[in-house]
Amino acid sequence: MKPSLLALFNRAGAWVLLMFLVLPALIAIPVSLTPKRFLSMPKGEYSLRHFEKLFTSEEWMSSFGQSAVVALSTSLLATIFGTLCAIGLWRVSSKYSEVVRAFLLLPLIIPQIISAMAFYRLWIPMGLLDSYLGLILAHTILATPMVLITVSASLANFDPKLEQASRNLGASNWVTVRRVILPSVRPGVLAGALFAFILSWDEIVVTLFISKYSVYTLPRRMWNGIRENTDPTVAAAAVVLIALTIIAFVVYAILSRRNAKVKTSL
Amino acid sequence: MLALRKHISPGWWLVAPFFLMVACLYLGPLLNILWLSLSDPEPGLQNYSKLVESDTLARIMWTTIRICVITTGFSVILGYSVAYAMVHAYRREQSFMLTFLLVSFWISILVRTFSWLMLLGRKGLVNESLEVIGLISEPVAFMRNELGVLIGMVHYMIPYAVLPLLVNMQTLDQRVMSASRNLGASASQTFFRIYLPMTRPGIVASALLVFILSLGFYVTPAVLGGGKVLMVAEYISVQLLVTLKWGVAAMLAALMLAGVLVMLWIMSKFMKLSTVFGGASS
Repeated sequence: MKPSLLALFNRAGAWVLLMFLVLPALIAIPVSLTPKRFLSMPKGEYSLRHFEKLFTSEEWMSSFGQSAVVALSTSLLATIFGTLCAIGLWRVSSKYSEVVRAFLLLPLIIPQIISAMAFYRLWIPMGLLDSYLGLILAHTILATPMVLITVSASLANFDPKLEQASRNLGASNWVTVRRVILPSVRPGVLAGALFAFILSWDEIVVTLFISKYSVYTLPRRMWNGIRENTDPTVAAAAVVLIALTIIAFVVYAILSRRNAKVKTSL
Repeated sequence: MLALRKHISPGWWLVAPFFLMVACLYLGPLLNILWLSLSDPEPGLQNYSKLVESDTLARIMWTTIRICVITTGFSVILGYSVAYAMVHAYRREQSFMLTFLLVSFWISILVRTFSWLMLLGRKGLVNESLEVIGLISEPVAFMRNELGVLIGMVHYMIPYAVLPLLVNMQTLDQRVMSASRNLGASASQTFFRIYLPMTRPGIVASALLVFILSLGFYVTPAVLGGGKVLMVAEYISVQLLVTLKWGVAAMLAALMLAGVLVMLWIMSKFMKLSTVFGGASS
């Protein structure tokens, strides 16, 4: 079937839209190279002073470090909890398990502003406000559903007969999970870990509510910079973040190419 | 105890840790907030009656719903176009398109908001370019108004609109379209009478997903609205962090939550939810 004129037109339009999605973010690059002290487009002259400032500023570097700590811990915890949940629900596979699955996905679906209220409400009496533990716990609850989804997708392609075979050959529950199930859902686990990391690394709404001084993550500092709207160091930080996004994407692309079966479209 | 263990599938033990965590640390305070909406500052429905009494609240609700509806409309139409082109592209082009989509999906919301701030300001790139071309003589106000909020929100939501549509379109049987053409229908007839109705589940899922996400959206409206466009999420944060009024904030949260749950329920009638949120067709 020959594509119609309309379809060709639509294809061009779609490319324009895709450009519209990606290109605006790139304006951070010229802005970060401005030689001036305030946010502006450089005119003829370029300077790397804002990158120098970013990488020598104790505040920004500590925010990078804090975000890394929070996001790595979140990713680790969410991967463990999410994988356990996915395998458990897959094992049970009844109508109850689907209800429980829907319940466990709620933190991902409920608007973050409401989640932020809930954590804020509980963290005050528990004394978890403005602490690493509080932030990591909150992020873990938000990120685990991601892992649950990706691992469940992997499990959908897993042949239950392999599990039966392993049990028939005398392997215990634990050995079956570790030696048979986990290796075959590895791509889902890794993708889930990556998604959980990104979610936490980029999370701002809940962070705004439950952290204040002692935990000051990168999105928090960017948020402040954006609100003040003067210091070009924000632009330099944005460029670094774009670069990190591209690196993460390449890692993800390699991962998903390795296992073409788990084609998550996220 | 042994009898109990026989009845409970061992799989539940793996689910238990996170289940308890969500129940205690998430559902608990959430229910507490719902309760607060009825009991703070004093028991009764006075928080809810403020919706009718207070002009400010009514205006905020109306702004939020209006912006969400417009955002959803634009995102789904534009997303449909992208998804359609992606499904019908050759494999190589398709993977390029997917790369663009995913990269934009993954770029930090703060980076994107910052970029729009640089682009849309009075001395932003868009205004300056338009002035250089000579299209405008005075800078256009793209920011601190609804236009700016809409640009930022549609930009953020398009990838979310595309994903459910893509999943839906990929499962369509292309032979139906060929049959329609072979039977003499024109390309546009085939599209409007066959293709569009067949993608309705995708459209519904995508529209509801975007609407749900827009309802609670905080970052972009707060920055690009510049305090001039007050939406529910920002109002809640002001109530909690500045004026410390839990009652009104809890009431707004309860309404938002109810709206989201109703929409999820409708959505589950059209599509398996995990398909939408995970993007994986399991």
